[in-house]
Amino acid sequence: MSADLAEGESRLLYPPPGLPPGGDGPAQAGPADEDLRVVAARHPGRWIATAVVGVLLAMVVSSLVTNDRWEWDVVARYLTWPSILEGAWATVRLTATASVVGFALGTVLALMRLSRSPLLQAVSWAYTWVFRSVPLLLQLLLWYNLAYLYPVLSLGIPFGPEFLFFDTLDLIDKFWAAILGLGLSQAAYSAEIVRAGILGVDQGQHEAAASLGIPRHRQVRRIILPQAMRSIVPTAVNEVIGLLKGTSIVYVLAYGELFYIVSVIYGRNGRVVPLLIVAAIWYLALTTLITVVQYYVERHYAKGALRTLPPTPVQRVRWEIQVGWSRLTGAPVPDGVPPAFAARVRVGRWVAPRGGAA
Amino acid sequence: MTGGLLEIRGVHKSFGLLEALRGVDLTVRPGEVAAVIGPSGSGKSTLLRAINHLEKVDRGFVSLDGELIGYARHGNTLRELTEREILRRRTRIGFVFQNFNLFPHLTVLENVVEAPIYAQGRPRAEAEAEARELLARVGLADRADARPRQLSGGQQQRVAIARALALRPAVVLFDEPTSALDPELVGEVLGVIKELAGTGTTLVVVTHEVGFAREIADTVVFMDEGVVVEQGPPDAVLDNPASDRTRAFLEKVL
Repeated sequence: MSADLAEGESRLLYPPPGLPPGGDGPAQAGPADEDLRVVAARHPGRWIATAVVGVLLAMVVSSLVTNDRWEWDVVARYLTWPSILEGAWATVRLTATASVVGFALGTVLALMRLSRSPLLQAVSWAYTWVFRSVPLLLQLLLWYNLAYLYPVLSLGIPFGPEFLFFDTLDLIDKFWAAILGLGLSQAAYSAEIVRAGILGVDQGQHEAAASLGIPRHRQVRRIILPQAMRSIVPTAVNEVIGLLKGTSIVYVLAYGELFYIVSVIYGRNGRVVPLLIVAAIWYLALTTLITVVQYYVERHYAKGALRTLPPTPVQRVRWEIQVGWSRLTGAPVPDGVPPAFAARVRVGRWVAPRGGAA
Repeated sequence: MTGGLLEIRGVHKSFGLLEALRGVDLTVRPGEVAAVIGPSGSGKSTLLRAINHLEKVDRGFVSLDGELIGYARHGNTLRELTEREILRRRTRIGFVFQNFNLFPHLTVLENVVEAPIYAQGRPRAEAEAEARELLARVGLADRADARPRQLSGGQQQRVAIARALALRPAVVLFDEPTSALDPELVGEVLGVIKELAGTGTTLVVVTHEVGFAREIADTVVFMDEGVVVEQGPPDAVLDNPASDRTRAFLEKVL
């Protein structure tokens, strides 16, 4: 690379230095090979599409701002209203608990389905069949009415004496009816996701673990599940997001989650649309949070599957700023910025050779 | 390390209608290095997997130092052992796979110490110290914290060998250890196996490398169509085969 280039600049060279010029034909007269100009291809279609989408976007934003029926002031007022916050928190609690119940039971069901016992397989299959087939709304109402079927629940020896008695109405309140409904039906879906993940792990991994004599539970927990997680996580997060929104169905039990609270408030003050927007914003925010968590969880389980992990968004922003700063000021790129990244930021940027023929 | 006595008697194994093994008899003496050669589909890999009880045999048995692998003998019946007991007995046998089968999400060191700690219940500090020694022996002392995908195929297979040795096995089985490697990486793996051949551990190596078999094996075993066709010292089997099938195979591969 010629010495007149500043540190950090690059020049497209053809042919690469060290090779004789003009491999397959007589060398052409004209400017020296290293001063050839590169002209990027034009993409008129892309420009037109960009303009169309830009106009549409402007129309949406303008209507959001100028149409005062959105009542943004009402939205702003209710967004952090104490009972709305409580509702959002209840939604988070429902989602978290139902996810834990759903995936814990789902993992057990998946392992049952993969076991060699025909009865365990059949029970797992039947569970998935029933809970996937019956609408969630119906399940919720059934669980809520469990006290009608069994007024008293008891702990004891099967078909033998019983020691502990609970009043069903005390035990299964609205929250636990919701958890039973959401969690048990979630388990049916989770079971299939976990099973698919386990089946996706290479047979050689099972064999290697077995040939080393590693105990069975350790094989599953240490060798198989961590690798299965890589394919389980994206689908599982989908399910958790579905569950987050699905909790709104619990409003039929008059449980105070986000959607129920919102509907109570607009039932009183008639501001239906702004309050629905409040709920939408909260669902959006919570989903965003889950998506961020997903990114880092996926990154965790990608260890070993990728040779080098991609940078986190935080790292990416930091490096971008550092590289941009050093390009502005001419300061050297700080240590810690990977060379490949520094180079990638420059891709597509043609650095004109100084004092060249162009 | 002292080698184990491996005895294989009348082993049959079918997959559906396909008879992979049709009565295999083989004895490998303590410290002996046996190279198993033969055309693909001759049952070599199945035999190796049967030794380790990764495949259940239909008939016959395999024993290591007189202890049956996978079964307990009561008079004339063989009762299959519980999985826990089979796993325990397997720790006396190391297995090196064609495709390495390292655990990609664990570091090299974690791969090697997993079985000594969790299958044999050895203290972590001791297992790690020994693992580092083994990694040094296979020339990978500086890659203990790398993950398998960051290594070349030859390096991965050397880690797999270290992982198998970490159990201090009496027998190590190699299932075509160099078949998945680029030609220039074969040598480093064969070098490690060759070094191992002098240490007194019993080795059974299924291989396509006839030259390598000649170099390290005490006994060459030729298998075809699910039976052992002939066995003997390398010069005898490879240079003056008694059977036409052996001769035909050797003409093809040499």
